[in-house]
Order: sequence, then C-alpha cells, then structure tokens
Amino acid sequence: MTLLKPAVARALGWATLTSLVVLSLFGLWGAPADDVQSDAQRLMYLHVPAAWIAYLAFAVTALASGLWLWPRTRSIVWDRVAGASAELGVLFTGITLLMGSLWGRPVWGVWWAWDARLVTTAVLFFLYLGYLALRRVPGNPEARARRCAIAALIAFVDVPIVHFSVTWWRTLHQEATVFDPELKANIHGVMAFTLWFGVLAFTLLYVYLLDRRYRLECLQEGLEDRELERAIEERVRGSQPKDPVDVAPGR
Amino acid sequence: MSLVREASLVAGKDLRIEARSRVTAEQILPFGLVVLLLFAFALDPDRGVLRDVAPGLFWVTVLLAALLAVSRSFAIEAANGARDGLRLSGLDPAAIFLGKAAAVAVELLALEAVLSVGVIVLFDVALGSIAPIVLGAFLATVGIAATGTLYGVLAASSGARETLVPVLLLPVVSPVLLAATRAWEAAIDDVPSESWPWIGLLAIFAVLYTSIGTLAFGSLLEEA
Repeated sequence: MTLLKPAVARALGWATLTSLVVLSLFGLWGAPADDVQSDAQRLMYLHVPAAWIAYLAFAVTALASGLWLWPRTRSIVWDRVAGASAELGVLFTGITLLMGSLWGRPVWGVWWAWDARLVTTAVLFFLYLGYLALRRVPGNPEARARRCAIAALIAFVDVPIVHFSVTWWRTLHQEATVFDPELKANIHGVMAFTLWFGVLAFTLLYVYLLDRRYRLECLQEGLEDRELERAIEERVRGSQPKDPVDVAPGR
Repeated sequence: MSLVREASLVAGKDLRIEARSRVTAEQILPFGLVVLLLFAFALDPDRGVLRDVAPGLFWVTVLLAALLAVSRSFAIEAANGARDGLRLSGLDPAAIFLGKAAAVAVELLALEAVLSVGVIVLFDVALGSIAPIVLGAFLATVGIAATGTLYGVLAASSGARETLVPVLLLPVVSPVLLAATRAWEAAIDDVPSESWPWIGLLAIFAVLYTSIGTLAFGSLLEEA
C-alpha cells in the first residue's frame, strides 16, 4: 500500500527534517550575506531548490502517466504517483513564485517582472492546476486514470512550447533579463554548498511527501470503497428497493 | 482517403447542425462583438490605445469564443445520446476527432472574419501585409480547434464540461495567443519578416496537437 517500507519512510522523514534544519542554519547564518543584495539573497537557498523540485515533480508526473498508458506497465500505482507528484509540483511551483516575488521586491523593486522564466513558471502553475481540477472529478477509476494520464502528457508537451514562445517574446522586446549568467559566475564556496545542500534537502522532502501523499490516496480510496459497501449493505438489509435500477450507479 | 471522407462526414454533420440551429451565428458571434465593445469601454478609445493593442484583444476574444464553440460542439453530442450513436457508427475515432475539430475551426474562422471587420471599424486598425495575417489566423485557429476538441472530449468524459474546459484549455493555448498576437502585430506594422517565425511556431503547435488528438481521441471517446 505504500511506495516505501514504513521503516524506510520514517528514516527518510527524520533525514528530511534534519537536513532542513541544517539548511536553515547554513542559509541563515553559515553562508555569508551577498555583497549586493545582502540578506535578501538568502531566499535563493529556498527559491532555487523549490523550483528544482517543481520541475522534477512535473517530470515524474509525465513519466508516471506514460507508464500508465503503456499497456505493459499499466498499474494503479502509476496513476497515484502521477497525481501525488502533480500536487507536489503545484505546491512547489506556488512556493517558487511566492518566494521569487518576495525576493524580487527588495532586489528589483517590484513584486513581479515579465521575465521569461517567471511567465513560464506561472503558466506551468495554471497548467497543472487544471490537471488537478480534472483529477478531482470523480468517476470510474480506470476511465479517470486514462483521461488524467492523457491530460498530463498534453500539459507536459506544452511546457517547452510555452517556454520557447515566452523566451522569444521577452528577448525580442526587452533588454537582457535580470538573470544574467555572468552575475552567477562568482559564487562563494559556502554559498554554493548551501545551495546544493538545499537541493538535496528538498529532494528528500519531495520523496518523503510523495510517499505520504501516495499513502493518503490509498487510504482515501479504501475509505470510499468501504463507505459504498456499507451503503449498499444498509440498503439491502433495510427496505428492499422496489426498482433494482435504483442501486445502479448513476452516470 | 477514407479517413478524409469520414472526417468530412462528421464535420458536415456538425456544420449542418450549426447552420440549422444558428447558435454560432446568433449567440457566439454577438458575444464576440460585445466583448470588442467592452474592451473599448475598459480601455481608452480616444488615444490610440485600442489600435496598439488590437491584435491582442482580437485573439483574447477569439479564445473566449472558442471556449463557447468547444462547449457547444460537445453539447450537441450529449443530447439524445448522440455520443453513443457516434461511438457505434463504426467511424474511425481519428476521423471523428478531425471532423469535429474541423467544424470548430470553420466556425471560428467565420467568427474571426466578422470580428476582424469589427476590429478594423471599431479600433481603427489598418491592415499591413495580408498574407501573414490570413496564414497566422488559419494556423492559430487549427491549433485552438484541435486542443479545444481534445479537451472538450476529456471534459465531456468526466461529466463536468462547462467549468473544466476553460481552466484546462486556456493555459495550454497561451502560446497560441502569444504567437498569433505577435504575428499580427508585425503584419499590421507591415514588417512581415518579423511575423514568419511566430507563424512557424503556430504551425508546430497546430501539427503537434492535431497529431496528439488523432492518437488519443479514440480512448477518450470510449469513456465519454
């Protein structure tokens, strides 16, 4: 019923917690303040790993959806993984946008800039928000899994097109963006370590949350099945329905 | 050959229904024109703002109308169990997809023809190069119709059509809005060389989503 064995999941949970605490210590005190941006730059240690996890999560959703659609590997496991991962992806995309906004305010002077990466991330957020809305529509599990898998692949195919068109748009009509690669070239050793450690900590967090979300999905499905069985049982034991069509699931 | 014939049968059926019920002409088209009018209220019609942003407003209006057209395209299949008839007809699902998408595309193209007259008249736009405008509109419409039909059947199969289509469709077609708007801007400014790359992007989008729809439609219609 779970992706990971309970003992492994528990160990992973502790490892995640520990690494997040270590990340906070390094991010807040260990790493030196940035010369130009001072303390505001510390948001990078959360912002960049969150963005990384968001992309990872959407890639996992696409992969799991593909595995569901492929007849040889079709399994309810992949449908649940796709859903759980997309939810985490939307969550981390939201966190990325929020932190980027908080970071942008002191550094760029604005909450939002029409930069190619920002716009792509925002479109990504809404793409997968739509996918989650589709997932919430109830129905026959097989049919739901199929349409969600197809929707996930449609969305995934769109990502490069969105990215390409938005990049093109913003670079045709605007001077060089704030993301200048030369600015990032000189990065302090502790800063680089903290950033990479953040990516590691967030990856652990992602795997841990994915496992938890997967387990929750299994429990929810079990609950629905049990409630349905109980309802049918009560119906059968109580007054016999006059018309047997009554108990057939409505379409 | 038979794929094209079957697709034209389905497209003909949908267009005949539209010709008789006049929902596109009497409901979707006036809606589009009212939206153009509302844009003039929301923005300032006196200072040339409307003329500068006309391509964007035009394509936003087309997208909104496309939502209605897609909804309508699957509403006619929902009535009287028409979808079961379609499923049992023995037509190739790929042909059903192509036919329905083509019908939506034809409706949208007709709508765009009227709306562009509206934009020229109301927003005082002068057309520069005609070729990129027509080609861009055609490719963008094919892309929107293909994606819309794909999401239409996806939403129809889940039984939550009206509210689900916009939230699914609009983010996916956002590159179409972007590319069509830029292509038209360049064409109106009479620098067609700037609009061709965007038209290329529109062509890629149209081909990609028409292919995906042709492949995926069968299994989605099965569930619908």
